[in-house]
Amino acid sequence: MDKSRGLKARRKIVQGIWFGLFRVCAAINGMALLIILYFMLARGWRAINWTFLTQPPTDSMTRGGILPCIVGTLCLSLGAILVALFIGVATAIYLNEYARPGRLIRVIRLGINNLAGVPSIVFGLFGLAFFVVWLHFGVSILSGALTLGVMILPLIIGSSEQALRAVPDTYREASLGLGATKWQTIYRVILPAALPGILTGVILGISRAAGETAPIMFTAAVFYSPSMPSSIFDEIMALPYHIYVLATAGTEIEATRHLQYGTALVLIALVLGLNLVAIIYRGHLRRKMG
Amino acid sequence: MDKSLKIKIKNLDFYYGNFKALHDIFLDIYANQVTAFIGPSGCGKSTLLRCLNRMNDLIPISRVEGQILLDDQNINDPSVDVVTLRRNVGMVFQKPNPFPKTIFENVAYGLRVNGIKDKAYIANQVEKSLHQAAIWDEVKDRIHDSALSLSGGQQQRLCIARALAMEPEVVLMDEPASALDPIATQKIEELIHQLKKSYTIIIVTHNMQQAARVSDITAFFYLGKLIEKDDTETLFTKPKLQQTEDYITGRFG
Repeated sequence: MDKSRGLKARRKIVQGIWFGLFRVCAAINGMALLIILYFMLARGWRAINWTFLTQPPTDSMTRGGILPCIVGTLCLSLGAILVALFIGVATAIYLNEYARPGRLIRVIRLGINNLAGVPSIVFGLFGLAFFVVWLHFGVSILSGALTLGVMILPLIIGSSEQALRAVPDTYREASLGLGATKWQTIYRVILPAALPGILTGVILGISRAAGETAPIMFTAAVFYSPSMPSSIFDEIMALPYHIYVLATAGTEIEATRHLQYGTALVLIALVLGLNLVAIIYRGHLRRKMG
Repeated sequence: MDKSLKIKIKNLDFYYGNFKALHDIFLDIYANQVTAFIGPSGCGKSTLLRCLNRMNDLIPISRVEGQILLDDQNINDPSVDVVTLRRNVGMVFQKPNPFPKTIFENVAYGLRVNGIKDKAYIANQVEKSLHQAAIWDEVKDRIHDSALSLSGGQQQRLCIARALAMEPEVVLMDEPASALDPIATQKIEELIHQLKKSYTIIIVTHNMQQAARVSDITAFFYLGKLIEKDDTETLFTKPKLQQTEDYITGRFG
């Protein structure tokens, strides 16, 4: 009797310790985000005003705004998603719906997994060599968006494949049983059902593309540009690269600290804003499907 | 005899890779009758059903030998378009599987993928099919709601309506009531009674009472072989073979 009570108490304590540990870990996550946001806000909020958001930089980038950077990052991340979404979803459809298991599929998957593990600076160098130089796209929005697109491709493929796999086979059977072709089945039933999951990949992809510096520093971004881009062959300023430049190579590194943090705040807000659009759309789709 | 032959299955063998799932099946199926396939799990009854609309084509390692004649046309002949075949041979699955679309779009789906664009015709056909599947009264006020908002039994009748919208000649039902409660099951069974006036129905079922209630002809399968086939009443009351009697009296399987 006594012995079993002792065992019960001991098990309760062990459980308590583990649960406590998990709780602390979860709290650390939340804390980290709060601390980051606190530092950004505390040091950057002074910089945020209408001029900052709507004007180009002036006085060797120690004054003025960051509008060209905002426009640049929007162009680059949306361009990257445009590139990666089509190729990524098409690849996922091929792998999940058409391809028969075999050596070819294993090789393709190995390739995708390796692509996901390549450091971003390598993508930057690849983009420089391939898009900028070899394809003569120059340092441009096009080169940058393509480089970022290649970088987020594994992400899009991964989440799309996961979304397609989650579509029950009973949908496929029902559609084919009604005399639909395989393509009609994919286009009319499977893709709509997988779309919310694919959008999750889009959200991750946008965040990743908007925040990266290394892939764009040789392919798209410039130190300073006096004018807005007028075509996809123009070079542009971008938020992450702007922060990097101000913090490492600016003329007045200390004096522009608040601009650096302000720019970071804008970057975070921009990513959150883009994500919010995708999240709202995803919620709308899920509701529509019941 | 006033019944006309609809499907003739002649020395049919079916393989999953090296495994022979069906052995030398001979079976005649008549129009406007309900034919039930019964037998223990793994006896090949579902496999045979899925041969009839070539659903087994989806399994890469499967192979079929012998003949299945639908109105004297071999459905495995290279000249037969599988899409056309499936339009004529509709299917209702074990678990209700409506698409995550509206009730209306579920029933209209088959028409749309077959290139029908006439809106009035589609609307008319949807309503007619929902009537036929005895679900119109329950959904007429919410036809543009998601099909997933329906109960399991309603979903299954919706799936039947979806199959009927194509005006198939044959309707295959793979244990259509096995995932449903007794009341929903009863509705499906009543529906099958109604439908055989216009369609040829083949139903796979685990439930022998159900086979006895709904079918005119029953075929008993065991280990990939057709053991015995007869009028349902005869098969359940005076089976010719001991094996059949053992199964229907619950001594095995």
